[in-house]
Amino acid sequence: MKCQFCSNPATVHLTDIVDSHKKELHLCQSCAEQHQLVEKQELNLPAILQNLIGQHLGQQTDELSRLTCPACGIKYMEFRAQGRLGCPHDYVVFRGGLAPLLQRIHRSDRHLGKTPHRSVLPPEQQAELVELRRRLQIAIDREAFEEAARLRDLLRRKGCHG
Amino acid sequence: MNLDSLTHTSGEWLRGSGPESDIVISTRIRLARNLAAFPFTNRASSGQKAEIEALVRERVAKLELEPKLSYVSVPTLSSLDRQLLVERQLISRELAAADGPRGVALGPQETVSLMVNEEDHLRLQVMRSGFTLDETWHEIDRVDDMLEQRVTYAFSEEFGYLTACPTNVGTGMRASVMLHLPALEHTKQIEKVFRALQKINLAVRGLYGEGSRASGHFYQISNQVTLGKSETGILDEIHGVIPQIITYERQARMSWLRDNRQGLQDKIARAYGTLCSATMMTSEETMELLSFLRLGINLHLVEDITIPTVNELFIQTQPAHLQKLRGASLDGEERNAARASHLRIRLREAGAHPN
Repeated sequence: MKCQFCSNPATVHLTDIVDSHKKELHLCQSCAEQHQLVEKQELNLPAILQNLIGQHLGQQTDELSRLTCPACGIKYMEFRAQGRLGCPHDYVVFRGGLAPLLQRIHRSDRHLGKTPHRSVLPPEQQAELVELRRRLQIAIDREAFEEAARLRDLLRRKGCHG
Repeated sequence: MNLDSLTHTSGEWLRGSGPESDIVISTRIRLARNLAAFPFTNRASSGQKAEIEALVRERVAKLELEPKLSYVSVPTLSSLDRQLLVERQLISRELAAADGPRGVALGPQETVSLMVNEEDHLRLQVMRSGFTLDETWHEIDRVDDMLEQRVTYAFSEEFGYLTACPTNVGTGMRASVMLHLPALEHTKQIEKVFRALQKINLAVRGLYGEGSRASGHFYQISNQVTLGKSETGILDEIHGVIPQIITYERQARMSWLRDNRQGLQDKIARAYGTLCSATMMTSEETMELLSFLRLGINLHLVEDITIPTVNELFIQTQPAHLQKLRGASLDGEERNAARASHLRIRLREAGAHPN
């Protein structure tokens, strides 16, 4: 089989199933590398993941692209570009985009394994603490020391929750 | 912790014992965990990372683990020491190369390691020699339970343990078994095995993980899916396929012996001879030749050398180990000469006299 981009023999074969339509890609090593689909003879998972993050969205894109996490400040589009989330609360804020993505990666969107024995922090409280920490960081960066002291005190009162 | 003492031994995963250790080198499980009240590492400021590090260090010191874990701060290490820990699989290449406050808590036997401020705040790892998925899981599950009493994990009922990358969310677990498969590689059946594994969502990687080549005919097989299956469900899937691969490798070794005993003997004798007498050796060639020597010992074609000796040489001939043993920083050419000399000396000490 020949590469779809040049005439070299195709050695990289990718299959993607989107809404039950099969898409196939047959490439030679160097074209696959050029398109960042493989790296050093091996599949480049981050690149494939970014591809997936972009593909499953469809008409939702507009709505998602305007989302920003109030806790850590990451935008949905930043997550799309980097493939990494900013804080635990993103799983709540970007739920609409994440659930179908998780379905694609894991063929499931529901945890079945181990659960912590201790009660976990409620999501709102996790988000609040991350947000306080972000505001504290901004205050420190701006050298607004009074504000920083106030926020540090507030964090302490809300419990450290390491 | 004195890292220099590590260079003289092979560490847990190359101990060369445990079930099926002629083919299974080691079993390793890692759990990704994050603290609930902090942004993920990639989004954390240097000050926040320092806070996470201090908090984890303090809590880890209180764990009822015997023996205790010792904490090593990565930024304070020389690049050679970082590389040493990577070669021993105690930290990832990513942690070695990252920025900001980060480190690893290590047990003296090197079975337990806990990376701090990697892609996730915590990456807990337990590693054992041989095919020991159950034992390894019980150990990591126990340490995870202890940690959970001391720190508040980011967890949701719906998505499980929350991770910076959605590919790890849920159990946060990656279980991998490292296999030595020279005969399957020789008979080219290895490709078939890989394709079958990919169909059931298991990944195959080289010795040093993602992006690394399968040098020395070592392959790591691990789960890709972390969500929607329980830890034991995932482990059962791996448990289901490894014995089959072991059987295939043993069969391939037997038919290689049956069909071309002389050819195989010659290959092993040449590998042994080269290791004992070459004066320049690249890392790649060393891995390849040690792999054949290891096969020869397992097939009783080489009698005067043991698996632990070969395993030790696998690790000691890696670039950082070699430089630590020599006590000097060496460039590529110098390393090749030092590697060859180390192999000659060690194999002669071990009583080697190639046929």
